[in-house]
Parts: sequence; C-alpha cells; structure tokens
Amino acid sequence: MSQTIRLTLKIWRQKGPADPGRFETVAVDGVSTDMSFLEMLDVVNEKRILEGGEPIAFDHDCREGICGSCGAVVNGRPHGHLRGTTLCQLHMRHFRDGDTIVIEPFRARAFPVIKDLVVDRSALDRLIQAGGYVSVNTGSAPEANTLPVPPDRAERAMDAAACIGCGACVAACPNASAMLFTSAKVSHLALLPQGRPEAARRVLAMVRAMDACGFGNCSNHRECEMTCPKEISIVHIARLNREALKAGFLSPEA
Amino acid sequence: MRLDAKIPGGPLPQKWDRHRFELKLVNPANKRKFEILVVGTGLAGASASASLAELGYQVKTFCIHDSPRRAHSIAAQGGINAAKNYPNDGDSIWRLFYDTVKGGDFRAREANVYRLAQISNAIIDHCVAQGVPFAREYGGLLANRSFGGAQLSRTFYARGQTGQQLLLGAYGALMRQAAAGRVRLFPRREILDIVVVRGKARGVVARNLLNGEIECHEGHAVVLCTGGYGNAYYLSTNAKASNVTAAFRAYKRGALFANPCFTQIHPTCIPVHGTYQSKLTLMSESLRNDGRVWVPKTPGDKRPPHQIPEAERDYFLERKYPSFGNLVPRDVASRNVKEQCDQGKGVGETGLAVYLDFADAIRRDGRAVIERKYGNLFQMYEKITGDDPYETPMKIYPAVHYTMGGLWVDYNLMSTLEGLFVLGEANFSDHGANRLGASALMQGLADGYFIIPYTLGGYLAGTPLEPVSASDPAFAETARQAAERLRRLLAVNGRRTPDDLHRELGMVLWNFCGMSRNNEGLRKARGRVQELREEFWRNVRVPGSEQDLNQSLEKAGRVADFMEFAELMILDALERQESCGGHFNEAYQTEDNEARRDDERFCHVAAWEFRGEDRDPVRHVEPLSFEHVPLTQRSYK
Ligand SMILES: Cc1cc2nc3c(=O)[nH]c(=O)nc-3n(C[C@H](O)[C@H](O)[C@H](O)COP(=O)(O)OP(=O)(O)OC[C@H]3O[C@@H](n4cnc5c(N)ncnc54)[C@H](O)[C@@H]3O)c2cc1C
Ligand code: FES
Repeated sequence: MSQTIRLTLKIWRQKGPADPGRFETVAVDGVSTDMSFLEMLDVVNEKRILEGGEPIAFDHDCREGICGSCGAVVNGRPHGHLRGTTLCQLHMRHFRDGDTIVIEPFRARAFPVIKDLVVDRSALDRLIQAGGYVSVNTGSAPEANTLPVPPDRAERAMDAAACIGCGACVAACPNASAMLFTSAKVSHLALLPQGRPEAARRVLAMVRAMDACGFGNCSNHRECEMTCPKEISIVHIARLNREALKAGFLSPEA
Repeated sequence: MRLDAKIPGGPLPQKWDRHRFELKLVNPANKRKFEILVVGTGLAGASASASLAELGYQVKTFCIHDSPRRAHSIAAQGGINAAKNYPNDGDSIWRLFYDTVKGGDFRAREANVYRLAQISNAIIDHCVAQGVPFAREYGGLLANRSFGGAQLSRTFYARGQTGQQLLLGAYGALMRQAAAGRVRLFPRREILDIVVVRGKARGVVARNLLNGEIECHEGHAVVLCTGGYGNAYYLSTNAKASNVTAAFRAYKRGALFANPCFTQIHPTCIPVHGTYQSKLTLMSESLRNDGRVWVPKTPGDKRPPHQIPEAERDYFLERKYPSFGNLVPRDVASRNVKEQCDQGKGVGETGLAVYLDFADAIRRDGRAVIERKYGNLFQMYEKITGDDPYETPMKIYPAVHYTMGGLWVDYNLMSTLEGLFVLGEANFSDHGANRLGASALMQGLADGYFIIPYTLGGYLAGTPLEPVSASDPAFAETARQAAERLRRLLAVNGRRTPDDLHRELGMVLWNFCGMSRNNEGLRKARGRVQELREEFWRNVRVPGSEQDLNQSLEKAGRVADFMEFAELMILDALERQESCGGHFNEAYQTEDNEARRDDERFCHVAAWEFRGEDRDPVRHVEPLSFEHVPLTQRSYK
C-alpha cells in the first residue's frame, strides 16, 4: 500500500555550461511511495512553474530503464543506491520519511554539464562511430541460419549488448573512464562470428577514440560494474584487453 | 481529390519485383548530388538514413534525443515477425500476409501487406549480419516464439529487448555512415515545420533544443520517421517525447492524414496508480504465451488471489475463445478485460485490473525456464509495483500503445505532399484497424532498409527538382511562423501547466475515443476538446525563454498540436459508423460483442485534408478491395 513521505532535496542548479552552478534546497511534502523518482521531480517542477520558478531540467524519455536518457547522481551514486536500476525505475518506496536527497548531474571531463542535471554525452556516440558496428551494407546479408551461433555465446553477447549507453559507468569511475561502455560493445561483437572480421580494427580504433574523447584510463576500481543499471560485468573489460592485445600482435596498425 | 495508391499491376506476388524494375534509377555518380532530410532515428529513420547513405545520397538526420540510439523504438520488447518458417509449422509469406490483413480487420491494402511479408525474411538476414543477438536454439540456429494473434511461431526475439537490439543494429549502421561523412547528424533538434517550395516538400524548420535557435535545412526530399501519436492520450506506453508535431505540421502543409481514429489499446500494461502518473509500462504480449488471464467469478470478490480457489476463477479468454485462448489479438483481449472490469470483477485497489498468472507455467516448466524467457519483464514489473510475479499474479490493464493511423502514403511511401515520404509508425500503411504483435518492428525496418531506397530513387530520377536554397522566401516565412508560435506560447502566462492540460485532454480521449466509443460520447468529446484548446491558449503557463534549453516550452508545443489533432481523431471516429479492429463503436457489434464491420459503406481508408484553421477538414476515401483474402467476420473462437 502506498504512503506519503516528506523529503528535503539538495539539487544542483546550473543555468548553462558557463555558469559555476550551486545547490538549491527544496522541501517536498506528500510524496507517494508509489511514485518513481522522476515523477517526484515532475511534481516539484509542476509546483515551481505555478509559483513562477524555473523547473529543474533533466533528460528522460522511456521511463522504463531502456533508452538510457535519464540519470543523475543521487546521494553520491549514479542512478541512486538500488542495484540494477536506472533513475526512472527507482521508486520512492526506497526512501524514508524525512530523508535528505542530494541530486547532481553525472560528472566527467567528457560529459560537460549543459543545464541543471542535463549533460552532454555525445562522446559516447563518437566512440561508437569509431567502430562499434559490423560493416555490412543493406542487401548483402547471407541467409540468417547459415551462421549458427552457440546459444551460450549468443547469450553472453546479449549480456554485453544490453548496455543502454546511459554513461553511469563513466560517472561512477574515479578516472571517468568509459571502459565498461566500450568493452560492452567490443565484447558483444567480438563474441559473435559476424563481428570477428573487424575485431582487431574495432578494438584498436575504439580504444584510441576513448583517449581522444577525454575519457580517463581504467585502473580496476570496479565502480562501473556496481553502478551499471544493466549489471554489465567487468568480464567484458578483460575481454577488451585480450582483444586489444591480440590485435596489437596481429595488426600492422598497432 | 482522387487518392491514387499507385499499386503496381500484375499478380500480387510479383507486384513489388515488377515495380522495382519499373522505377527509374538514379545514376550512381549523381546520388551524391541529392540531399535527403530524414526526421527521426527510430527503426524507420535509422535504417532509412543508413541505407540511403550506403547508396551514396547525402543524408541529414534529425532527432529530438541527445543520441539517435534513444528513439522510442528502443523500448520494444517482444519481437519481430518474419515468414522464415524455421519451425516448420506451416508458415509462409502468404500466411503472414493473410494473418496481417485479417488481423487488421480488412482495413489495409493487400499489395502493401504482401510486400511487407515478402521483405520480412530479408530483415532477419540483415539484422543477424549486423550482429543482433537474437535468441538461439541449442544447435545454434535462430529460435522463434509465438506472439499475440498468431497460431504459429514466427517471432524472432532478443530476450525482452528486441527493439533495443534491432535499434542498436540500425544505429550502428547509421554511425558507420556518420563516421564516413555521408550522414550528418543533428541530435537535440525538433522539426517544427515542413517547408514547401512550389508544391514540393523541400526542407524543414528545426529548433535547436539546446539554445533555441531556429534553423532551416533544405533538401531534395523529406523523409518523416517520427513515430506514432499515442501520447495524445497523455498516458500511454510511448516514450515521453513521442509526439504528433511533425506529422501534424505536414498535414497542415498538404499531406492527408489517414484513419486517425485507429489506435491500439494494448491489453497487458501495468495499471494506473496515481494522478502523478507520467506514463504506462507495457508488459510484453509474449507473457500471454505462458500467463493465464483471469478474474474472480463473483463481482466484488476482494480476497487476495491465492485465496480464490480454482473453481471460483474465470479464465475468460480461454472460456470465450477456446482456439486462441489467451492469445487473441490485442483489440479483442483489451475489450474483454474492460468488459470484466465494467462488470465489477476487476481486481486491485482501483478495480481496474485483471490477473495475469504464471503459477501453472512455473509448475509445468520450472522457474528457471520462465526466468529465462521473461526475467527482465518480471524484474521491471517488480520495480514498479513492488510485487513479485513469481509469487503473486501480475495485475494488468489495457493502455494506449500504438497508432495504426498516420499520414496517408501511396505504395512508394510518398504522402500527398510531393517529396514528403513517411515511414514507420508515422504512416498509416500496413496494419489496417489493428496491428498484430511483432509487426511494427518488421514494418519500420521494411520501410527503412528495403522500400525507401528504391522508391525514393524512383522519385528523384523521375521528378524535375530545381535547386532551392534556405534563402528562398518559403524558408524565411515558415521559420517566422514557427518562431511566432513559440513566442505566443510563452506570452500566455496563465495558470495551468502544459502537463496539467495534457492530462485532461488525455482523459477526454480515453473516456470517449478509447477502447469503446459511441456517437453521443464522441460528440461530447469534440466539444470538450474545443473548449480545452481554447483554455490552453488562454491559460497555459510556460516558464523561461525560447532561447534556452526549455523543456516546458518543448512540451507546450507538442501539447498544442495534440489539442488540435485530438479533434481530428474524434471526427474520424464519428464518421466511421462501423466497428473494426481497434475502432469499436458500441452501436455496431455482433451478439457476442465483437466488432461488426460495414463493408458496404466503410471498406476504405479515410484520409483527411486540412482546409484552413476555421474550417472543418475534408474527408477523402481510398476504396480497398480484397481479392486474395476474402472479407470475413474475424473469429478467434
Ligand atoms: C513499450 C513498447 C513495446 C513495443 N514492442 C513491440 C514489439 O515487441 N514488436 C513490435 O513489432 N512493435 C513493438 N512496439 C511498437 C514499435 O516499437 C513502434 O511502433 C516502432 O518502434 C516505431 O518506430 P518508428 O521508427 O516508426 O518511430 P520511433 O521509434 O517512435 O522514432 C521516432 C523518432 O522520431 C523523432 N522525432 C519525433 N518527432 C520529431 C520531431 N518533431 N523532430 C525531430 N525528431 C522527431 C524521435 O526523436 C525518434 O527518433 C512496441 C511499442 C512500445 C511502446
Ligand atoms: S528514461 Fe529511459 S532509461 Fe530512464
């Protein structure tokens, strides 16, 4: 059964990229425990608009944990404290009456803040552009079942492919590394026969792009894995490293 | 106006081949001289952008999101159909075609649906080649499952994340072309209007959502892939940014809007729980393969589900439809759920829910099997409701999900506005009055990968297109109108928020133009929508400025269009004096409360023409003829 609780929010407000930003304290009353976190922010925003204030800007779309749009650091953790959960899937029943909640944007050198909780994650698209695909033109594919894939392999590829590209791994990492994100794509495609022909080129190009985009290095803190709303494992980072090593030996580019 | 669907001649199975042969080709060296504007990066837009760029066209691609990968298609769960017949259970192109025409309650074009079924197999081949990790059998070959409304297994799936995986495949292809410089990406842009120069669509007006700048982009053709309009109802399973704006603006510029009253209400969604609710979550239809739908036999029975003995439960779908059981098409399932709740047998706090129970399946197959099939859906359910579906039955209720209506297009996917092509859910083409499960993904990808690359070429090769530039007065005038509208929204400074007004509009549509409709209610709703629209422009409050990231302003613009569009939905529902598929007018039903079509009077597509702000739109008709699937009353008994 639902109840209502009272909360104090300390929310990051920043008018634009050049504004230094600051925390604002907001008291909210009557929050139903059945609400999602974003619905709670909606209620705050609706009230603000009517009182003549500026609503808090935040990205969101699907509100069911799949598009990767939402995300903020809640009490120090990207997407909040619940494991395997995006911010839009975090429900207020996981908070207690009287709690203070600190809400900040994802912070990373590669993710400049645009406004309030909205950040620029276009660097993740640039990583994919570097090689996160199989180069196949429409029309040229062979019959689908000519390429059997053992189901456990397909399942492992799917585990990696489940990444929603939200960037929480980057925000959680002390080095702001995009290693989990990158390795998920490298691993997804390296595990499948379709991805093998380009595997060496892909891993080298994507690793290079990580540096170029301003992401830090991975030094095995494992914060990414703990934060990932899709619980993507750092096993994929190990696979990326193996792939990179192999590619380094094999490829004349390296 | 005569609506010419440009269906090629010849026998049904050869029409598409013959058409591809007859379409003029663009010389490879000339392709790069053509600039194509693609709006939207869902399955339709991403696949179209990538395929056109691969052919050598210059493509500019726009989307609202910060990344093309976030388009609403990402949320599709259950799967994608194809006529591969891998399970050897009797499928064929003909059967997929037949099922889709019948499932759509005979309100789609035979030729289009046949082509869709033909292309379905190539889609699977292509997606597998891209590395989409579809589910596999032990031997490593592709797995299939059955999906709502089909008696055989033709649905390919990647856990409960099929849309995500297909979209990531198309997005990868798009990013490859972006890296190669053949696609220029414009994320965080909202198209506010279509620019028409001398009768042809030649550009778009976009708002840069980060700084509010109004941009003009010119091209040789515009390809709209902007998705469906289910959010007219406010609460739906669609993503929050899904909207009708671009399609509605195109309608106002001369593209006819077809069958706007054909909306799909999906039977298995998580029920509404509070006034603050911002969206509804779908529980994939695949759950009906193993879940059994039931209510207590006695109205008002408030015992918890496990205390209701077997004999006092009514598995009403299995009882009423012995051959399809829980797998009846969506429109039939939704209406039956509503009927049970209207009789007071609904469960849960609000009485607006029925059970979807997995106890038998878990007993039969074991928890591990069920977990493998539906684990992520169960988890999603538990996150939202706090209930564990392994232990207690799910509670579900219908919700707005998909819109079969959309901009009218001919066989080439071109609208009545020359040079404006419409793909995916944004067009009206293939699903008639009801879409079968797992066929929207198929259609979006068929349109984008395998149809538009040919038909757009035919248009460009066969149409004289003089050069235009963004300095043409049509651009300046369209941009001025778009900017003026934004300023008007900000200037009202009233006392209700865009969401608040939108919610009220949604209630009117849900109550009177939802699962079941009647003439009196529809008339009333039309009046209410007009009043609400008037109130919107008098009383909406939009904070901030137009020269900034302003999410309230974005919303307000979309709600303003829904306010106008809703009336078109209602008008269309009022004019269609029959029941078919998702459009159920209470005056037209059989003795068993099934939809009763009127093929004498309504075996046609209704396409609406905009005639100015103060005039009623005009309804045009494209007659449909059924030569291969005989017109019959659908029966799922
Ligand atoms: C929860 C859910 C589950 C589903 N599951 C299935 C399933 O299992 N199988 C199936 O076949 N179908 C399913 N569907 C239906 C299917 O997902 C959609 O019909 C399909 O993905 C629509 O694709 P699209 O490319 O036409 O549009 P969308 O994916 O909606 O993309 C629209 C694009 O247009 C952009 N856009 C919109 N307006 C503008 C504008 N004004 N300016 C700029 N850009 C704009 C958006 O940013 C977005 O990129 C499901 C739908 C939902 C809601
Ligand atoms: S809004 Fe889509 S993942 Fe949260």
